[in-house]
Amino acid sequence: MKYMQIKTIQSVALTCLGVIAMSVISGCETDETQTVATFTNLVLDENFDNDGAPNDQVWGFDIGNGIDGWGNQELQYYTDRPENVTIQNGVLLITAQQESFQGSEYTSARLLTKDKFEQRYGRFEARIRLPFGQGIWPAFWMLGADIDENPWPGAGEIDIMEYRGQNPTVLIGSVHGPGYNGGDAISKEYTLENDRFDTGFHIFGIEWGPDFVNFYVDDVLYNQITPEDVNEETDGEGVWVFNKPFYILMNLAVGGTFVGSPNAETEFPQTMIVDYVRVYKNNAD
Amino acid sequence: MKNIRNIHLRFIVLFSLGIAVFTSCERDFSDDVQFATFSSNGDIFTDAPVGLTDEFFDSFDPNEGANPEGFGTDDNVAFEGSSSIRIDVPAPDDPDGGFIGGIFLDRGAGRDLTGFDALTFYVKGSTTATIGEVGFGTDFGQNKFAVTAQNIRLSTDWRKVIIPIPDPSKLVQERGMFFFSAGTQTTNGFGFTFWIDELRFEKLGTVAQPSPAILNGMDVVQQAFTGSNLIVNGLTQTFNLDTGVNQTVIAAPSYFNFSSSDIEVARVSELGEVSVVGEGTAEITALLGGVLADGSLEVTSAGSLAFAPPPARPAANVKSIFSEAYTPDTNSNFAPGFGGSTTETSITNNNGDFVLAYTNNNFTGIVFENTVDASGLTFLHVDVYVQSAGVEVGIQIRDIGGNQELETNTDNGLPQGDDVDFRFDLTGFTVGQWTSFEVPLGGDLATQKNNLGALILTGGPNFLFDNIYFYTE
Repeated sequence: MKYMQIKTIQSVALTCLGVIAMSVISGCETDETQTVATFTNLVLDENFDNDGAPNDQVWGFDIGNGIDGWGNQELQYYTDRPENVTIQNGVLLITAQQESFQGSEYTSARLLTKDKFEQRYGRFEARIRLPFGQGIWPAFWMLGADIDENPWPGAGEIDIMEYRGQNPTVLIGSVHGPGYNGGDAISKEYTLENDRFDTGFHIFGIEWGPDFVNFYVDDVLYNQITPEDVNEETDGEGVWVFNKPFYILMNLAVGGTFVGSPNAETEFPQTMIVDYVRVYKNNAD
Repeated sequence: MKNIRNIHLRFIVLFSLGIAVFTSCERDFSDDVQFATFSSNGDIFTDAPVGLTDEFFDSFDPNEGANPEGFGTDDNVAFEGSSSIRIDVPAPDDPDGGFIGGIFLDRGAGRDLTGFDALTFYVKGSTTATIGEVGFGTDFGQNKFAVTAQNIRLSTDWRKVIIPIPDPSKLVQERGMFFFSAGTQTTNGFGFTFWIDELRFEKLGTVAQPSPAILNGMDVVQQAFTGSNLIVNGLTQTFNLDTGVNQTVIAAPSYFNFSSSDIEVARVSELGEVSVVGEGTAEITALLGGVLADGSLEVTSAGSLAFAPPPARPAANVKSIFSEAYTPDTNSNFAPGFGGSTTETSITNNNGDFVLAYTNNNFTGIVFENTVDASGLTFLHVDVYVQSAGVEVGIQIRDIGGNQELETNTDNGLPQGDDVDFRFDLTGFTVGQWTSFEVPLGGDLATQKNNLGALILTGGPNFLFDNIYFYTE
C-alpha cells in the first residue's frame, strides 16, 4: 500500500509465466525451480455469514485519515459505520462514499486483524469482487505484527492484492521491506485476459513459507519472491523480513499517489465485496 | 409483427439444430436442405472484405454531398497482413463531394452477433484529425440497431478503437457491419487520409459496467396535453473498457425497453415515441439489457388543450416566427441554452397544431437565425396559455443592431453595444384558456427595429406559446 514503482513487464512475458505456472500446478506439485506449498490446516475461515458488523474477535478498524492520508495522500476518512462496512447476504461490503465527513470528501473502511489474528507462514487468500473507476484503490494485504516496535518498512509488508480502478484488468502483488519499499518495492503486475476484476469474484492469495512468497490469482501462480530475489533486486542491501507473524488488512482507498484522484466519471458509491477470507497453516510449522 | 416473426424464425433454427443432432446417427439431410442459420463470423475486413456485398463500400447519397470516390484499399499500408482500408477525406469544396461516409453491408441475410461485445478495428491517420462518426447497425433500411460513436481521435500511428455493442442479445440478424462519416471539421478544411485494418466484431470480455441513459441522463419535466406526441431522445449506452475509458455510444431506440408509469396518461412505443392519452402525470423510463437507464421524462397532462385562436391577419401584413398560419420569416432557435438557464423547451404537437411548451423557465429566448426587418410593422402578437394562477411572463423584444450580434450585459441582462430592446409583461391570464397579446414595438424599438434578432422570455415558470408573429394593422 505504500509508495511503489510498478515495473513495466511485457504482457507476453506475463502470459508465458502464467502458462508455465499453471502447467506446474496442474502437472505436479513441485519442480526443480519453484517451491510450491501445500497447506491443508484451515485456521481462519471467515465467510461473513452473519449480517451486520464483522466479528470483532477477528476484525478491528483503522479510523480517520491517518498521517498524510495514511502515508499516500489518500483522500478518504475511514469509519466503522455501516455505510462504509457491513455484512449482508453472506458477503462483506466495504463501500467508498462521496460525502463530506470530518473534513474529507470521501469515506470508506479499513479492516485489520492486528492483535486478533496474526500468523507466520501459511496460505492467505480472499475471494473478492473489486470496484472500478479512476482513483479507486482496494487492497488485501499484510503487515509485520511487530510494527509498533519495528516501524515500517522494517516490519515488512506483503501486498496480496492491489489494484487501480482505472485499470480493471490489472492486479499488483508486492513485498516491501528494508531496502525495497515504497517506490522500490518488489512488485509484479498480472493482467487478466478477456475478463476483469470488477465483474466477478476472484481469489487473491499468497502461499508463504520460510524462504518464499508465492502470489496467485484464481488458479494462476504468477509470481514467486525469494530471499535471492530480494538480494538481486537490492544489490544485497535488502533484508528478508518475512519470517515472523503478520496480520491482515483489507481496505478501499480513494485517491492518493498510487492511483491519482477520482474524476467526474468516477461513480460513487463503490463497493469491494468480500466473499471470504481464509488462512491455512502448514501442520509442520 | 416483426418481432413475432423473428422469434418464430429463431425457434425454427433451434428446432432444426435439435433435429440435426438427434438424427445425425441415422441419416444425413440431403444437400438441398438449407438451415436458416445466420453467420456468426465476426470478421469484416482483414486483408480483404469478409462476407460483404460486392459494393463493399455503400456511400451516402452523393446528391447530399457525400464523396463516393475517396474509398479504397491500400496494399502498401497494413496493421497486420498485407492490406488495409484507405479513406481519403475530401476538402469541403471537392467537386466529388465535401465529406465521405457510408456503410458496409453483410452479403447474406445478416449475421448473428450475439456472441460478441464490441466492434473493434485499428486505425491511423495521415494527421491527428478526428473521425466524426463510426459505428454499425446502419443498413440503409430500418437502421433498427444503429450504434454510433463520435469523435474518434486519430494518431499517426495505429491505435485500436473499441465500439461496444449496447446489448449483443438484440443482434441475432444484423446486416449493418460498419458505418463511418468523416469531414474536415478538425483540419480547417484540409483533406486527410486514414486507414482501417483488422475490422471485426470481437468478444473482448472486458466491456463492462453498462450505464445506459435516455434524455442524456436528465430528468426532464414536460407539460403536455391529450394528443401530444413527444419523443424520448438522447439515447446512449456507456461501457467501461479495459483501459479505464468510459466509452459512450449513441444507441438506437430498439435497444431500449421503454415503459410508462401510467398508461392512462402516456404511452410509449418501442421507438421511444410518447403519446399522451389522458389527464394526470406519468413517468417514462427505460431499460437497456436489464439495466435502468439514467434519465426520465415526467409528463404532466392537463387533459385536452384547446387550439389557440386562429390568426386572421393577412399574410402580407405579417412576419411570422412561430405559427402554422404563416410561413416563417426566419428559422429560429427555440432552445438557445443560455448559461444559467433552467428552462426546458419543447415543441409539442397538440392534435396537429404545434405549440411551444416552456417548463421551469427562469430565462430563455427565441433567437432568430436571420434578423427580422420590422420597419414597417407595429406589433408583436403572441398567444399564451397557463395551467396555474399567478403566472407572469416577461417578454423582451430585442433589436440586435447592424452588427447582427446578440449583445447582453451578463451582470444586469440589459442590451449593450448596438442592441436595444422593449420589455413587456404578459399578465392577467385566465387559467386553462388562451390569452392573446398585442405588444407594441415601442420604447427604443420605435427608432430601431430593422434588425429584430430575438425574444427573451423571463419568469413563468410554466406556460405555452403559440402564434408568435410581428405585424402591422
